[in-house]
Amino acid sequence: MTLTEKLLEGTGGWLDDRFHGAKGFRTLFRKIFPDHWTFLLGEIALYSFIILLLTGTFLTLWFQPSMTEVVYHGSYTPLHGVRMSEAYASTLNISFDVRGGLLMRQIHHWAADLFVAAILVHMLRIFFTGAYRKPREVNWLIGIVMFTLALLEGLFGYSLPDDLLSGTGLRITEGVLLGIPIVGTYLSFFLFGGTFPGNVIIPRLYIIHVLLIPGLLLALISAHLFIMFWQKHTQMPSKGRTNTNVVGAPTYPYFMAKTGAFFFFTFAVLALASTFAQINPIWLYGPYTPVAISAGSQPDFYMGFLEGSLRIFPSWTWDIFGHTIAWNVLIPALLPLGLILTGAALWPFIEQWITGDRREHHVNDRPRNVPTRTAIGMATITFYGVLWLEGANDVIADHLNISLYLTTEIARYAIFIGPAVAYFVTKRICLGLQRKDLHLLEHGVETGIIRQLPSGEYIEETRPVDEDGRAVLEARRPPPALPGGPDAADEEVPPRAMRGGLGRVRERLNEVLTESVPLDGHGNGYGGHGNGHGDGHPAEPAAIPSGEAAGDGSGDDQEDGQA
Amino acid sequence: MSNPSAPDGPPDEPADAPAAPHRVIGTPPPAQARTLLGDGTGDGTGDGARPAPRDLPADPQNLRQAKTAERIVAALFILSTLASIGFIAAYVGLELNSVDSVLRSNLALGTSMSVAFLALAVGATIWVRHIMPNVELTEQRHPLASDPEAREAFAETFAEGAEASQFVKRPVLRRTLIAATVPLAVAPIVLLRDMGPLPGTTLRHTVWRKGMRLLKYGAYTPISPGEFSSPGGMITVVPDGYQDDPDALASATSIIIKFQPGLLQPPTVMNWTVDNIVCYSKICTHVGCPAALYEQTTHHILCPCHQSTFDAPRGATVLFGPAPRPLPQLPITTDAQGYLVAQSDFHEPVGPSYWERG
Amino acid sequence: MSFTWRRRPAAGYAVVLLGLILVGAIYAAITGSGESAASTTPTASQAAIAKGQQIFDLTCATCHGLQAQGTAVAPSLIGVGSAAVYFQTSTGRMPAKATDAENDRKTPQLNPLEIRQVGAYIQSLGGGPAIPTPAMVSTIGANLALGQALFTADCAQCHNFDGAGGALTYGKYAPALTASTPTQIYTAMLTGPEAMPVFNDTTITPSEKRDVIAYVTAVRATPNPGGFSLGRVGPVTEGLVAFLGLLFFMVLAAMWITAKHRKTADE
Repeated sequence: MTLTEKLLEGTGGWLDDRFHGAKGFRTLFRKIFPDHWTFLLGEIALYSFIILLLTGTFLTLWFQPSMTEVVYHGSYTPLHGVRMSEAYASTLNISFDVRGGLLMRQIHHWAADLFVAAILVHMLRIFFTGAYRKPREVNWLIGIVMFTLALLEGLFGYSLPDDLLSGTGLRITEGVLLGIPIVGTYLSFFLFGGTFPGNVIIPRLYIIHVLLIPGLLLALISAHLFIMFWQKHTQMPSKGRTNTNVVGAPTYPYFMAKTGAFFFFTFAVLALASTFAQINPIWLYGPYTPVAISAGSQPDFYMGFLEGSLRIFPSWTWDIFGHTIAWNVLIPALLPLGLILTGAALWPFIEQWITGDRREHHVNDRPRNVPTRTAIGMATITFYGVLWLEGANDVIADHLNISLYLTTEIARYAIFIGPAVAYFVTKRICLGLQRKDLHLLEHGVETGIIRQLPSGEYIEETRPVDEDGRAVLEARRPPPALPGGPDAADEEVPPRAMRGGLGRVRERLNEVLTESVPLDGHGNGYGGHGNGHGDGHPAEPAAIPSGEAAGDGSGDDQEDGQA
Repeated sequence: MSNPSAPDGPPDEPADAPAAPHRVIGTPPPAQARTLLGDGTGDGTGDGARPAPRDLPADPQNLRQAKTAERIVAALFILSTLASIGFIAAYVGLELNSVDSVLRSNLALGTSMSVAFLALAVGATIWVRHIMPNVELTEQRHPLASDPEAREAFAETFAEGAEASQFVKRPVLRRTLIAATVPLAVAPIVLLRDMGPLPGTTLRHTVWRKGMRLLKYGAYTPISPGEFSSPGGMITVVPDGYQDDPDALASATSIIIKFQPGLLQPPTVMNWTVDNIVCYSKICTHVGCPAALYEQTTHHILCPCHQSTFDAPRGATVLFGPAPRPLPQLPITTDAQGYLVAQSDFHEPVGPSYWERG
Repeated sequence: MSFTWRRRPAAGYAVVLLGLILVGAIYAAITGSGESAASTTPTASQAAIAKGQQIFDLTCATCHGLQAQGTAVAPSLIGVGSAAVYFQTSTGRMPAKATDAENDRKTPQLNPLEIRQVGAYIQSLGGGPAIPTPAMVSTIGANLALGQALFTADCAQCHNFDGAGGALTYGKYAPALTASTPTQIYTAMLTGPEAMPVFNDTTITPSEKRDVIAYVTAVRATPNPGGFSLGRVGPVTEGLVAFLGLLFFMVLAAMWITAKHRKTADE
């Protein structure tokens, strides 16, 4: 018997006797995972999280989560004799007096940045490809909760060393809490154990940071991955890939090897960054004191958009009936984050309601084939991005020599104009790309070979799109037409869901959301080339091998649109 | 694949079964084994009766390329081994006693770790891509919704259980149970009450009192108008006796600014100034950062956090930015020794706005 | 026959030469190096003031006026003291090339001797803070902890925790302190150039100024043990590196791992 067989019989048999795992593991091992680089973005987040756990555990062996004041006498001489909290002193100790300590601290912080950055791009990939649609709505919601937890986890984590920069962040947190009507002062006093800074905030943040949120994240990540395994991963449109299959390579040994390699890549990238790029040099900031502040104080990048929203807002406040409502703090703190998170959470259900599409979706959309959704996504990114840039406006003003107030003034206009422009431009680009695809399908790919016809005219030869390309170009499943929608006859009573004002809103939104260049060249004014005139085709030279016959080419606007 | 509970299983396999290395007598032949594992649950290809064909090829198509790749991967793995050993050596060998030594240690440890991981990653990737055979397999999906019979059966089980539990039939039981859960759910929230004191009127006041000296932060020495005499001067001041109390400092820290004669004007309260020296709270009225950036030429106080700008000669009125109200002014005067002291506490709450501020 | 000549004719010349050398040596020893003594004497000599006035008339008077009384384009320099002159000219800010929101640090136009001479002249016009002596800017034995506290509370809000500089309003900025000498830091605190507040010697004492200088120079000289400093600006550049560096590299790795195989000749 070979070693493998011996192992399988021995250890494998021992386990199987107790857990009945042979069939389940075989299924798992043979599970197919589709291949596309965008499918690995979530793994970046996953492996960053594991690295955070490993390096974080290392740090807990030396870190003291205490605000008791001590006098420093360690290896970093410029701070000799300075009074600081034990939390800060222990972080200096890790950095300068524990071998590998600085490396682990830096890997931990870079991993936190990469974790959130990866979640962002992963979330965007899911959005733009429509992978949040049925049956994956719950996984999408889990993802949004994890995103929020990751933001909080990072905020609490970088506040633990109690340095001047992060302490200022805590001060701002206190100021924002105070602005909440009715309960603000209570929330602030309860969180800080009294007035700011108190002496319990660091130990409290510590236990939330090392136990509560990691525990929640571990549970949610497990659920997220299990659901993804159970429902099988989506796949990109391509030849042979349908809504009822998965094409790729099996988990064992292929996916395991690839994902293992990717883990090492993640660790390598983080180690490289931590060797050559200094991050969070708390010894330069100095210990926190509420008396002092540095120019160019920013939170870590993922809180940047909150910082920007605080900077952009004018000084609106109401003093009424003996109470103050600080709109200048409330709106920036709640509105952008609330809009984005709530909008994201509700989006799958909103889209489902508008389109009436309740089918299962296992093939991803190409973003160009859903122009309105893609445009909304780009508008949101622009909104987020303007706030993000405004959060760094003093650094930008200093380094790019722009007047400081001007940056804020520009941002105040850009926050409205930017998303609108982004929506419009993105939608036009998507529709244009769709027309290009349609052109390719109908007329084939240009070969660059010029031929002269007997009549003396020069033409360029085209050849049909090959099978793989055709599969990609044609991979679109237009949503089912809404009952009682634009194609209903006038005498019919519209169904319940389409009645009344809400029904009209839904109809109108459906038209906008499903606006697209149809493959068969009909409807919505995008048909063929004629936009409703003639047969849709200008006089073309004959005998050109083209990709596909142009169909009826009626291009009639009145025809019902399979958008 | 052995079956210890049935040692005398079916006889040896027929001669035309697929070749397999040694098998213990009594184990079923591999072809039968595959079908036994079966595709009846729909996790693979075809139906359960036929023997499944081999899923994965044993070797890559291009053996020559695979051999070259193998050498490269092996070299990378050896490099990784050496780098990991280097990491351990760097840890043991490099002591820390200065910032320079930390730099060297970080560089050595980090480089060796990066090389170790990167070599592993690149090696593993080449292994998968060029040494493992290329495959593209297809797996069928099945509708996620269960079939109607299963759903009905579940509904029946659920309904039967609900009936048997009497939960639906006996409203008194049901309602009293629900009533019992309410305080149970509220209790953990109540337990959090002692997380902090009630705010009361704490935020209305700072520790400044009549006669309390203004000390320069850091040096903690008092200052007189004769010393603070250069127009355009600014310095951070804290109340005497509270130098080491961060909670007190978080609301009481202030700045004093010296002006040329004639510049200070209402709404600055002139009675609260001494010799063209005015004292403002350093705590920004937006969200509490120290608003300390003083521009001598424009007489503007700028808070670096969110760029709230205050007009220092005119009562620190807000000129730009999100701050909703001016920096409160601390009434100051001089004591018998000529040092600057407070006349009283601030006449309004300092720092960010809050609901009860009014 | 007796030999009557007891000395050679050259002996006489040798004696005269020896005498001259001797006198010269004694003279040199008594009168010292003979260089200008303006830098070591506590009060500037008339010569220095005169020279300073000459340079001032040529270089500065067009904007500041012939009596340094100030004009529409430049302030009066009466009472600013030699310290202000030192700061502005040694950092190259003065003579200014253009009236801008703020004058940048440039290559100095006046050499150190000329700076002191102009300083002496301006000092003579209306007094004011004087250039500190080397002892006053020495950081030996300074109290780093006090320097850190003062710098963080009164300087960092403009110049940043590390002296990397920061933005002010209307195009002004607080410059980075990377190239500032101890004397420049001292005189800047003392005279409050442009938008910077004035920290006179009774507000931040000379000893405290030394402590601040000691802290700034110590932090400046500290190497970056964690790698490249990314500008010592803080999380803004860190975030850029996370996206443009780390994430980008990871995307490249992902693309490589999942790339389709090219068909080789053997397949």
